[in-house]
Amino acid sequence: MDVINALVAITNYVIIPATAYGAQLALGALGVTLVYSILRFSNFAQGDTMAFGTGVVILITWGFQAMGISFGPLPTALLALPFGIVITAALLLGTDRVVYRYYRVTRASPVVMVMVSVGVMFVMNALTRFLIGVDQINFDDGARFVINARQWREMTGLSEPLTLRSTQLITVITALIVMVALFWFLNRTRTGKSMRAFSDNEDLALLSGIDPQRVVTVTWIITGALATIAGTLYGLDKSFKAFTYFQILLPIFASAVVGGIGSPVGAVVGGFIISFSEVGLTYAWKKVATYLIPGWEPEGLVQLLSTDYKYAVSFTILILVLIFRPTGLFRGKVV
Amino acid sequence: MSFLNAADMTGGYGKADILHGCTLSVEKGEIAVIVGPNGAGKSTAMKAVFGMLPLRGGSVTFDGEDITALTPQQRVRKGMGFVPQVNNVFPTMTVEENLEMGAFIRTDDFSHTIAQVYDLFPILKEKRRQNAGELSGGQRQQVAVGRALMTRPSLLMLDEPTAGVSPIVMDELFDRIIEVARAGISILMVEQNARQALEIADKGYVLVQGANRYTDTGEALLADPEVRRTFLGG
Amino acid sequence: MSASRQPGETSALRAPLFFAVLALLLVIEGVTSGWNSALGILNMGLLSAIMALGVNLQWGYAGLFNAGAMGFLALGGIAPVLISMPPTPGAFRAGGMGLIAAFAVAIIALILAAQVWRKLRIRGRGLLVTLILIVGFFAYRGLFDPAVAAIEAINPSAAGNLGGLGLPTLVSWPVGALMAAGAAWLVGKTALGLRSDYLAIATLGIAEILVAILKNEQWLDRGVLNVNGIPRPWPVPYEIDLQNSASFVKMAQGWGMDPVLASTLLVKLAFLVLFLIVVLLLIWASQMALKSPWGRMMRAIRDNEVSAAAMGKNVTRRHLQIFVLGSAVIGLAGAMMISLDGQMTPSSYNPLRYTFLILVMVIIGGSGNNWGAALGGVLIWYLWVKAGDWGPDIMTMIAAPFPDGGLKEHLVDSAAHMRMLVMGVLLLLVLRFSPRGLLPEK
Repeated sequence: MDVINALVAITNYVIIPATAYGAQLALGALGVTLVYSILRFSNFAQGDTMAFGTGVVILITWGFQAMGISFGPLPTALLALPFGIVITAALLLGTDRVVYRYYRVTRASPVVMVMVSVGVMFVMNALTRFLIGVDQINFDDGARFVINARQWREMTGLSEPLTLRSTQLITVITALIVMVALFWFLNRTRTGKSMRAFSDNEDLALLSGIDPQRVVTVTWIITGALATIAGTLYGLDKSFKAFTYFQILLPIFASAVVGGIGSPVGAVVGGFIISFSEVGLTYAWKKVATYLIPGWEPEGLVQLLSTDYKYAVSFTILILVLIFRPTGLFRGKVV
Repeated sequence: MSFLNAADMTGGYGKADILHGCTLSVEKGEIAVIVGPNGAGKSTAMKAVFGMLPLRGGSVTFDGEDITALTPQQRVRKGMGFVPQVNNVFPTMTVEENLEMGAFIRTDDFSHTIAQVYDLFPILKEKRRQNAGELSGGQRQQVAVGRALMTRPSLLMLDEPTAGVSPIVMDELFDRIIEVARAGISILMVEQNARQALEIADKGYVLVQGANRYTDTGEALLADPEVRRTFLGG
Repeated sequence: MSASRQPGETSALRAPLFFAVLALLLVIEGVTSGWNSALGILNMGLLSAIMALGVNLQWGYAGLFNAGAMGFLALGGIAPVLISMPPTPGAFRAGGMGLIAAFAVAIIALILAAQVWRKLRIRGRGLLVTLILIVGFFAYRGLFDPAVAAIEAINPSAAGNLGGLGLPTLVSWPVGALMAAGAAWLVGKTALGLRSDYLAIATLGIAEILVAILKNEQWLDRGVLNVNGIPRPWPVPYEIDLQNSASFVKMAQGWGMDPVLASTLLVKLAFLVLFLIVVLLLIWASQMALKSPWGRMMRAIRDNEVSAAAMGKNVTRRHLQIFVLGSAVIGLAGAMMISLDGQMTPSSYNPLRYTFLILVMVIIGGSGNNWGAALGGVLIWYLWVKAGDWGPDIMTMIAAPFPDGGLKEHLVDSAAHMRMLVMGVLLLLVLRFSPRGLLPEK
């Protein structure tokens, strides 16, 4: 019985939250990795793009709520998501036209592109704050739980509670749909394949008649969609705060690098590696230990790392990968 | 008028010219080979024909049309196929996807062309689901040639197709190139292995310092004692 | 802004002209808002100039993108706390030995793991290394946790930390530089020599972690409880002492000044002199380094890494040198900033202000030009402060035609973010139209 209780506790406090968080990181890392493979720079504005997209979604959600439109048991934000994606993608395309295109045409070095993306980050940062401010915002409505603690107890009779919040389930399902759609697009459609070709060998892609402007445009649209979805899911699951989205840049980069920057599969796997390490190392294992080792009551929390150091986990993994396998698990690009 | 006629090409990348009045021409269904010492401008001449080098003088006509001002992409649409010397495949895409990308500008059904390429290079059919980057050097060259054939070009240009492959694979590749030429496709090719290349060549060009030194049939060049001594190592 | 792209085209008057404009701006500030405010901006501007000089070594000389200046700055800032604060009575006896033992265990475990990984070529060495690290970690926590608890239990409302060594504050400045250099060495060792943007990602990470440590390790710096009353560096006096000194009051009155105002001005002036000496020394040293064979080689590497490597230069090693040097300068600025503030407030470290704004300073001032970096430091700091003042005024003007209510309020509130926008747009404009900055590299 205690073993089952221990498993329930692990599921409740580690597996479920880490899966949801991992899905959010994976979507963010996919955006970073796509920009990296097609435009060939690490996009420091990714976090703030996510924040901007989420801000737009929140405003539209409020609009819908004011008009009395709701999405039944699902959060209204999901209804607002397509609109947020369109606006964010439009912003990214505008940014590309005004800012990035010049550097692409002049073939600027990657580090200059990174610096340019820092400038874009500043601007987006300000735009997001103009739009929605700096405060913490909860915009989740609809049903709170798929399974709450009481239902669980009645269902199973176990003493250890398990809850599954609807936002967690929505996150995982949405992320799954998005990833399947993205991989289908990249591997099965002509445009998707042309993007992979462009990423593999730009000169040969040009020789084959692939239009670079079109590839870049599609890339930014997808990046906008991924950023908005990732940001909205993260905001629904936790809450929205502009600065948090800047900080999440580190785990997102770590996910992309661990998987192999430039490799979409790597970005997804990297996202889950980072999330499970982070949640696993910052979880207080006392309860699980008490269940598993009868007669032992640990003194402390049996927490390997205080939650304040969760970014240290991403960083340590990042450093280990840089030392031992700089191309990442899935052999990404090294330009 | 030849099928391809690149006359008096002069130009280079920076201030200094690499080509000094270089002239190349290829007839329909003919194999033309460019040989010469290192730094003679062989690859540069090829790039100039394909529009990858700005020309200061001279002109390129193709199938009776002046294409001097066209971009490489436009020349592909006119019926030129180009196989670069290196980085000539999409390494993380499968063999079949490489061929599909070769046919990117085609809007009709190109499955027949893929079948033709597989007939020409049977090994590629076997490896169609494998990533091109995982193939051997010779197989990769086959993918590269196959990719260029996907637009059904009337002129195929090969920049050192046998660089870095074993002699057996080289013979095999040359056989395939002859087969392509027999199908009516003109071939313009730069080669380091001058002797073997001239053996299959209808026409040979010996370039030195960006200008034509000798121009003749492959056979005649091989027989010329001066060419043998200076360029073919005796 | 006339962008001169060719070296040597720049007029010799350009730099003096810009510095004169800067001086004029500060004088206007002094006349309109008071000299206290002008000196305040100038002092912080000089500190920003030092940070910019450090970043300029990395970005301007070597093209290395350090996205974690904030971290090195914060790390340098811990030096005054540990060096110049008085020790907390009993703290070291309570937990000092435990801490030292804990760190020793951690270091031994890390070295052991590294040695095993390098020297042993057997199957399962990965497992062995993992085991060493896990055992090491628990041993470390076993020693560390009780030591920390003991230290934090001592007078928690006022101390709860180790305190410092009680040495003069000036000593802490080079120590701050050394600490930052150490951290930079560790990061550079792993991230340099790989793709150019890996360094940016790694430094972004180390900065977040260093600040997290400062926020959470109460035994070290009281965390978010802040350390107050950090002693001032010699010879800067305290206002209260000046006001209590009869001779000073008499002198101030002799000049027709309020003694309170005179005392704050004098303190700021004293800091100004100190900072100015440091800035000028740093510029002098950087210029000497730039003109030396070492500096020429550095720029050759930046301009063409491939050919420099082909000529047998060890690019990664040179990059490591300059990265460590630049970070040391940033750490020095961090220590100086804490001495100026007199307090350590870990929650005030913000990457936009202390990492990315510094980059803006360097790029706008002129990458690779030390005078440019210094100019950018003071000028951009001035703009940053003033944009904060002007933003709300401009926004109130813009919002004036709108009826009172939500929208108007929102507009006026959002003015605070105006400077973020200004900085971003400025950075993009300079990168695009005048990538060599106000004072181009010679």
